[in-house]
Amino acid sequence: MAYFQVEKLVKYFGGLAAVNGVSFQVEKGEILGLIGPNGSGKTTTFNMISAYHRPTSGRVIFKGQEIHRLPTHKICRLGIGRTFQVVKPLGRMSVLDNVIAAAYSRVNSRREARDLALETVQFCGMTPVKDVLAKSLPIAGRKRLEIARAMATRPELLLLDETAAGLNPTELLAAIDLIKKIRENGTTIIIIEHIMHVIMTISDRIHAINFGQTIAEGTPKEVAANKEVIEAYLGTDYA
Amino acid sequence: MKKNLVPLIVLAVLAFFPLAVKDNYYMHLMILFLMWVVIGSAWNLIAGYTGQVSFGDAAFFGSGAYAAGLLSVHLHISAWWGLALGGFAAVAVGLPFGWICFRMRGAYFALATLALNEVMRHSAAIAEGFTGGMVGILIMPSFVSKVPYYYVALGMAVAAVISIQWIVHAKPGYYFVSIREDQDAAESLGINTHYYKMLSLAIAAFWTGVAGSLYMNYMGFIDPDVVFSLHDISIMAILVGIVGGVGTVYGPMVGAFVMVTVQELFRSGFFGLFKYLGNVTGSGTIVSIAETITGAHILGFGILVVVVILVLPNGIVGDWPKIRNAVFRTKPAT
Repeated sequence: MAYFQVEKLVKYFGGLAAVNGVSFQVEKGEILGLIGPNGSGKTTTFNMISAYHRPTSGRVIFKGQEIHRLPTHKICRLGIGRTFQVVKPLGRMSVLDNVIAAAYSRVNSRREARDLALETVQFCGMTPVKDVLAKSLPIAGRKRLEIARAMATRPELLLLDETAAGLNPTELLAAIDLIKKIRENGTTIIIIEHIMHVIMTISDRIHAINFGQTIAEGTPKEVAANKEVIEAYLGTDYA
Repeated sequence: MKKNLVPLIVLAVLAFFPLAVKDNYYMHLMILFLMWVVIGSAWNLIAGYTGQVSFGDAAFFGSGAYAAGLLSVHLHISAWWGLALGGFAAVAVGLPFGWICFRMRGAYFALATLALNEVMRHSAAIAEGFTGGMVGILIMPSFVSKVPYYYVALGMAVAAVISIQWIVHAKPGYYFVSIREDQDAAESLGINTHYYKMLSLAIAAFWTGVAGSLYMNYMGFIDPDVVFSLHDISIMAILVGIVGGVGTVYGPMVGAFVMVTVQELFRSGFFGLFKYLGNVTGSGTIVSIAETITGAHILGFGILVVVVILVLPNGIVGDWPKIRNAVFRTKPAT
């Protein structure tokens, strides 16, 4: 039994199949990259895992338990954290308060929540901006806040949705460092990313999808050499 | 300690107010003010902190008032029991409503609360056998003096403000604000948003219902148009919240004070100023202003809201630094 697996996930929006039979497995401690061109169904897959969408059919299994019928907040409490591609900062709260709100999912007292939040903010390198209102953070800060907030819910499995998009080269390196640090912590990660440099350096395995269907899976090297992947990204002329 | 100083001084002034001022008229205004502090704080919890704007606070206020009145009419026990039970009556109305209507977000939820307000008003008017219909409920006041009512109202206001403050600074408070800021993000942080919205509504409904019970006991008379009134209760609750400052600790207090004052200014024709001027000058225009202005308090509210939203979008308390800078002409601290 795999640590985490999705099995033949299908999601129809009206007549359109956004995801059409995607299956993959993740082992504990691994980083799985999820790639695919725009609109290929990556974020929809995340949204099904974290129950923002109910799958039309298929199963999501985490540590032997079927979770695709649970509500979003229960999935978080089971230990699956996520970030949003379109960032969702709690704007009129400070960075620390954002993280405290997340920390309350694991602890009940104010003091414990604050301690856990401070520790997480420190871990994510956001201590200098902890008292800044979330809405006044630049995009790099907001992306980082997404990660900090998800980390404060103490996830065993973390879903990162394009946390490196829109960052400049320096910020990008910092983001990669942070993701590596999270993994050293023992957290399993599924990451969606368009920036090949990021996904190729940090993933153990890559799962490529296009038009809602799996086109390749393997090590970064294998996938980068795969004909269908090159076709999907660059067109048939370059394949 | 210093940050607790202002509330303590305010509390001390309020506690000694009846000893200093014996005038029944001012006592009456202060009782209304304290009642509005309770309603405004409750509205602020559900709308200001949790972001679920209610246009139907009168549904809870009226439920509390009717709970107290009906206890007295049907069970022949003191309407003061309503102070304990009125809050729960309002919760009993609020929870099924919230369970169904919290599936809606934003403006749709607000419209549902408006509908709840009207449903409750018509129900109270139609169920004549039980509620007395449009005839209303009349009970004998317990006290001739206003002082006992004042202290009950003060105790209620203190309890409401302290309990609500305690909640917003604890775990539920963080959850309420998270829901206000982004419900989807809140869910991803393990927050059962449906449950916490219901919790916020239940607490708000409870205190609004308790305020309604006090109103029944104090005024001695209620009918559906008075306690389920859209403009006198529901809209007034929103104004108290907005003028004082949405999502601030002391906003509802400041808002209640301003709104009760403004309402009374208009109702009394600026304490008889226009009537006096009319009589002194004999000017026909001023006499007719004096006659119409008492009915124009809704117009006054409207103008006040427009001005507040334009100039102080965060309310008097929320924009206090802005006011201080404007008044004292100091440079804003950056």
